[in-house]
Amino acid sequence: MRAPRLRAGIAVAAVVTLAVAGCAESKRDDSSSGTSDKTLVFGVAGDAKVLDPALASDGESFRVARQMYETLIRPEEGGAKLVAGLAEKWEPDAAGTTWTFTLRKGVKFHDGTDFNAEAVCYNFDRWYNAKGLLQNPDVMYYYQTIFGGFAKNESADLGESLYKSCQAKDATTAIVQTTKVTSKFPSALALPAFSIQSPTALKQYNADNVGGTADNIQYPEYANTHPTGTGPYKFVKWDTANKTVEIQRYDGYWGEKAKTKTIIFKTISDLNARKQALRNNEIQGYDLVAPADVDALKNEGFNVLTRPAFNILYLAFNQNGPAKAALSNLKVRQALAYAVNRDAIVSAKYPSGSTVALEFQPPGLDGYNDAVTKYEYNPDKAKQLLAEAGVTNLTLKFWYPTEVTRPYMPAPKDIHELIAADLQKVGITVTPVAAKWSPDYLNGVQTGTDHDLHLLGWTGDYADAYNFLGTFFDHQTPEWGFNNPTLFGDFAKADAEPDAAKRTQLYKDLNKQIMDFLPGLPVAHGPSSLVFAKNVTGVKASPLTDEHYSTAEIK
Amino acid sequence: MFRFIVRRLLQLVPTLFGLTLLLFVWLHRLPGGPETSILGERGTPALRARIRHDMGLDQPLWVQYGKFMKRLLSGDLGTSVSTHRPVTTEFLERFPGTVELTALAMTIAIGVGIPLGYYAARRAGTARDHVSVGVSLLGICTPVFFLGYIYKQIFAVNLGWFPTSGRQDVTIDATRITGFFVLDGLLTREWDAAADAFMHLVLPALTLASIPLAVIMRITRASVLEVTQEDFVRTAESKGLTNRVIRGRHIMRNAMLPVATTIGLLTGSLLSGAVLTETVFAFNGIGAFLVTSIDNRDYPVLMGFILMIAIVYLLINLIVDVSYTIIDPRVRVR
Repeated sequence: MRAPRLRAGIAVAAVVTLAVAGCAESKRDDSSSGTSDKTLVFGVAGDAKVLDPALASDGESFRVARQMYETLIRPEEGGAKLVAGLAEKWEPDAAGTTWTFTLRKGVKFHDGTDFNAEAVCYNFDRWYNAKGLLQNPDVMYYYQTIFGGFAKNESADLGESLYKSCQAKDATTAIVQTTKVTSKFPSALALPAFSIQSPTALKQYNADNVGGTADNIQYPEYANTHPTGTGPYKFVKWDTANKTVEIQRYDGYWGEKAKTKTIIFKTISDLNARKQALRNNEIQGYDLVAPADVDALKNEGFNVLTRPAFNILYLAFNQNGPAKAALSNLKVRQALAYAVNRDAIVSAKYPSGSTVALEFQPPGLDGYNDAVTKYEYNPDKAKQLLAEAGVTNLTLKFWYPTEVTRPYMPAPKDIHELIAADLQKVGITVTPVAAKWSPDYLNGVQTGTDHDLHLLGWTGDYADAYNFLGTFFDHQTPEWGFNNPTLFGDFAKADAEPDAAKRTQLYKDLNKQIMDFLPGLPVAHGPSSLVFAKNVTGVKASPLTDEHYSTAEIK
Repeated sequence: MFRFIVRRLLQLVPTLFGLTLLLFVWLHRLPGGPETSILGERGTPALRARIRHDMGLDQPLWVQYGKFMKRLLSGDLGTSVSTHRPVTTEFLERFPGTVELTALAMTIAIGVGIPLGYYAARRAGTARDHVSVGVSLLGICTPVFFLGYIYKQIFAVNLGWFPTSGRQDVTIDATRITGFFVLDGLLTREWDAAADAFMHLVLPALTLASIPLAVIMRITRASVLEVTQEDFVRTAESKGLTNRVIRGRHIMRNAMLPVATTIGLLTGSLLSGAVLTETVFAFNGIGAFLVTSIDNRDYPVLMGFILMIAIVYLLINLIVDVSYTIIDPRVRVR
């Protein structure tokens, strides 16, 4: 009896398997419009946290948001320059505090309601009037970072709001007033956090109803199940048990319709598991390809896309750490800069496309200055500077993180070792301190005073020099330990300059000033890569990770 | 028996209370807090301080513990600080996956381990015994993640028999009732969904079974060898009982006691999550999430998950104790 049953079981399993396989293959193509009914499964390293981008600050939430929502202005495809999004034009008045946005016509939200100036103002007012838990920095991080404060601040740490008012002059003209001039506005509006969402859906699904207490924050229904934007894809489902987010082509999209009908983002946190899933065609693409895999995948015929580097790794010199006496001396800092062979580090530890960083912002971004002091590798000069400074037997605590890689820092330990060896060559003793990235390392170097040197970096949020330079140096922090009122004042001046050309010049001056003051040494700009299956084309890599999957085509 | 079970269940209460206190103090003594992972590179001291203040992490530990216990006693385990979803939801979404994986892995481990152990013991000292012992040693020695990658490369990438990741094909639109994907497929008669969820279990379960299989095999072998040399076996043989009766009633029954204990312990440890297997197969169970939560200092998740796991562990041990009486009627629980 047993054998026939077993055989029958195998037969049933085989039929079911074939049926499943058959379903997966039965996809239609509509070659006349260039669109298809196919499904693209894309492997991501982590789950999205929330689908209301105003409440998001993580890359995976933004990745999904970028497909479903649009912003008034956006980065050009494959670049960092700002181009028209939902606004066709945007112009400031002479004072630089009143901005007129001329909006696109004929745009509809996924719920069928009209996109217009009133909807734009509704969104601005929603951010500005946020109350209670919405003001928590973990909830509306980007709004408060860019706009500084709310209508009614509930924390003394918040400042005056940059946003003043929004007026819908007519259906296609929104006039936004700010309280002051800043370089952040309007460039930061390209961040997905400032996506324009459907006022009707926001109201209907209680988007602002964040419940619980600060240690027990619960997102509202809208943020988990009803995200409604104007983008080429609309939301279908978020299967948290199987770790997928599914979106589908929005047929009412105003622009070119999405080529592939369904996109599913599937979380596979392990890098090698993503690679095997791609090779097994369970996913047709994934992000954050290991630098070591780039060539291998290319050789296998996969489409590897490398993003232009929009980040920086730096070696920070803490002027308030154990060796503060020595590191407060400019000559010692210069000696450290001359001692490090950055070319060797980049060629040994970074993937192709990486470059040595000469200042604290990537090239290609307004404000980059070709005339900064460059500190080319020169160990003899380093020794000489140390002698001039009268510093002997210098011992430095050099921190590096473990259990982390970043595109700007593909191998922290190796980079640490190379730099430590360079420093030892000029007579500096290095005490290595290894700490787990989160929370030990970040805690140690961002709030502690026990570090002399450490490695850290930044990936740009939006295309503005202030997002790099200002993040590091516009106020005193325990990370760098110095107090330089002149520098801080110059940042405030540059930020408040309404004239773009003049502001760019001020940033150039700041870059020069920083590289002369030398609070740390910029080390490298490292690109990151994403990969698609052999038969998937059309996606363009963006330095700001602003990739749009609506152009993805499965052949 | 009933009184025994009730008493054991009541004993859970002080144990769990002690566990909450110990865990709470220990977790909050770890350096750093959730603000670091929330903010990452963007963590200015002012922002960190604000988050800590808002979350009440700057209050004395006993105040925080009091708030936690108040919430716990009202049946609320809190909300994850990284996903902002209720801890109970996070657990209930992941635990069925872990249970399915454990069930299949233990089925494989028991189904192969016990017969293999018995076979090896009956042929102790022969080449076949050496091979069996060698294989079990290999099972213990091979790192799980390595085994996982090898299985995936051979059975998924090369042969295409199984998928490499997840709990179910993402294109299947399955109805979810219990969260046990295979069971849900059977209940809703979505046979393709059930079959697919099962196919997703096979490789991770094989990987996960490697160590328990080896352990069960070795314990069975040792136990059977010991029992075989007992006087009552010789007596049974001299009485002329059939081999079947001697093996089944005398040897296996007596040899199974230590094996049952081991199975209980192994099942308990598998149910607390298989970090490596889950990571390698992108399988949404509780293990990998727990590890991420430690990195994120996600206190509510850690407290909630560990408490739930402790309850499950204690219940399994209770089941093992009760099972003794079934295996060996001479054992009486009191």
